[in-house]
Amino acid sequence: MNNAAFILVAILTLAAALAAATLRKLMHAALSFAAALVGLAAFFFLLGAEFVGLALVFIYIGAVAVLIVFTILLTRRDVGKDRGFNWAGVLIALAVFCGLTWSILKTQSLSIVAPHIRALTVKRIGEALMTGYVWPLQCVGLLLTAALIGALILVMEEKR
Amino acid sequence: MTPTLQAFVLVSGALFSIGLLAALSRRHAIFILIGIELMLAAANLNFIAFWHFAPQPHQPTGVMFAIFSIAISAAEAAIGLAMVIAVYRHYHTTNVDQLDQLKG
Amino acid sequence: MSKSIDQVFVNAKQWLLSWLAGSPDWVIQVASILINIFMLLAVFLTLFALISVLERKILARMQNRYGPNRVGPFGLFQPIADGIKMLIKEDIVPARADKIVHFLAPVLIAAVAILTLAVIPYGRNMTPFTIDGGILFFFAVGSATELAVFMAGWASNNKFSMLGAMRAIAQMFSYELPLIITVLPVVMVVGSLMPDRIVSAQAGYTFGLVPRWFVFTPWGGVAFILFFVSGLVESNRTPFDVPEGESEIVAGHMTEYSGFKYATFFMAEYIGMFAVSGLAATLFLGGWHAPARVLEIIPSYVWFFVKLSALLFVYIWLRATLPRMRIDQMMNFAWKFMLPMAFTCIIAAAVWHYAGRGLRGWLWSLFVIVIVYSALSILLDTRRKFAPRVYRFAE
Repeated sequence: MNNAAFILVAILTLAAALAAATLRKLMHAALSFAAALVGLAAFFFLLGAEFVGLALVFIYIGAVAVLIVFTILLTRRDVGKDRGFNWAGVLIALAVFCGLTWSILKTQSLSIVAPHIRALTVKRIGEALMTGYVWPLQCVGLLLTAALIGALILVMEEKR
Repeated sequence: MTPTLQAFVLVSGALFSIGLLAALSRRHAIFILIGIELMLAAANLNFIAFWHFAPQPHQPTGVMFAIFSIAISAAEAAIGLAMVIAVYRHYHTTNVDQLDQLKG
Repeated sequence: MSKSIDQVFVNAKQWLLSWLAGSPDWVIQVASILINIFMLLAVFLTLFALISVLERKILARMQNRYGPNRVGPFGLFQPIADGIKMLIKEDIVPARADKIVHFLAPVLIAAVAILTLAVIPYGRNMTPFTIDGGILFFFAVGSATELAVFMAGWASNNKFSMLGAMRAIAQMFSYELPLIITVLPVVMVVGSLMPDRIVSAQAGYTFGLVPRWFVFTPWGGVAFILFFVSGLVESNRTPFDVPEGESEIVAGHMTEYSGFKYATFFMAEYIGMFAVSGLAATLFLGGWHAPARVLEIIPSYVWFFVKLSALLFVYIWLRATLPRMRIDQMMNFAWKFMLPMAFTCIIAAAVWHYAGRGLRGWLWSLFVIVIVYSALSILLDTRRKFAPRVYRFAE
């Protein structure tokens, strides 16, 4: 059962990601990107990290995907299609994929099966965030504030 | 039969290559950003997969890393898209091949 | 006796599952999930049909007229007539619309709305889907609504649709922040994201009389009002229905949808309303707890639906009474008033907890809220005086 779920989700995610990378129309690509992220969240659920999966759906699909479609809308003068497809990029990506697959299949220690896992509760994540990871938390907060202000400044109309 | 760690890392590698494909072979700035986001998502999957298969007792390190990575990639996507809009306003194009005014 | 009436649905489900006693584990799991889904859909689609006619009747009565009263006793079979009408309408898709996205938008929005219903506790032991981050699931899935609205607006290839969709998204995500931040005090005080735990934390009565619901604390009351208003906005209801204002932008992002697809959008909006009301009842009004010890014989799911109906009645009442807000008034209200008040609720909840949860905590948190509210009222005052009223009568 677990195996069937894994294969199904893997096919969905990879197909959606491939669609996002190769579709001609920009809007369709952005929406397949959102679908690939849903597949990825399903992976996280399978791995017992439910909080991260939900955070992924929340942040990526609720915010980043909406940002992307808004930007597509606002930069529409050259009509939705993408002109030109660089085949060198395809070759490089294929080469990287082959290299990664070869090295993964060669590594012996990776063929392990999972021990029985209890899912990580939100309480433990909260405790970790507030005790061991408090400095990264504050830094990420600062970073997000700086990003927010920076993004606003970048898009503000210049006063003539 | 449950999937092994190898299966998860293979999927993560495939997702990474697809993201690389999007980032390297498209000419529209937003496509490149989508590719970068896909690569980051693949790295997150890698982290969580290794966390899941780690020996007991479990440290939440992998999950923490993934959470911070998601937050940071959201910030970076926002800035990237703001830059795309700003560049579009100035040059009226989003084709990165035509943004070559600073070339030496 | 009352306990078995209380658990009648749980026992019925166990009885149904006992028919499959010999099957492998996953068959029982799948059957259990299917029974949950079926019950949820049956209850909420019936409630949707009922509310659509009750809303028209209540609106009508508030406007001093009868509502629909031809079809069936007191017009209660009106949804059947509406359903038949919607189903036999011609499905028009604009010629230059993006067909796939145009088709998927209502599907996505309805799916998302129904998914959010899964984590709400409807009675004792009656939560369809228990997950450790239940509240986060609700908001994560609910935030996909914005994408669906955008898909609908963009795929129609119509300027009104696009404009309506952009306004709807701007409104939705600016009110998503107060919606989520007002939930934070509750989660903080309870210490868990599971709706079941949140309901259990509101059990019991102070002095044996007043139930320990969070709405009776100062931060809870303010948070409840803010949550309720944000819920109004999220479901695009009057006074916040600029995205679907008929006199302004035709029907906004739903302009190019006819027949059953429009009914799907309509259904998604109402089910969103149910979900937000259900969550408000869970978080602030004590979920399925009874308001007094004597009334505990009445089953828990009855109490939940009583509270849900009360909140829905307030929704309909607001629709009948208030005019539509302008979009800039709405945004100002969200960012300048609701967001600071939502943050104050978090601080007030912390003050309540650390000053002891009794009378002293109550008074101190009330003090914090009153100070911030007065400061905001003074700071946000536009000092705009209205001209004296002039009455002109027909000669």
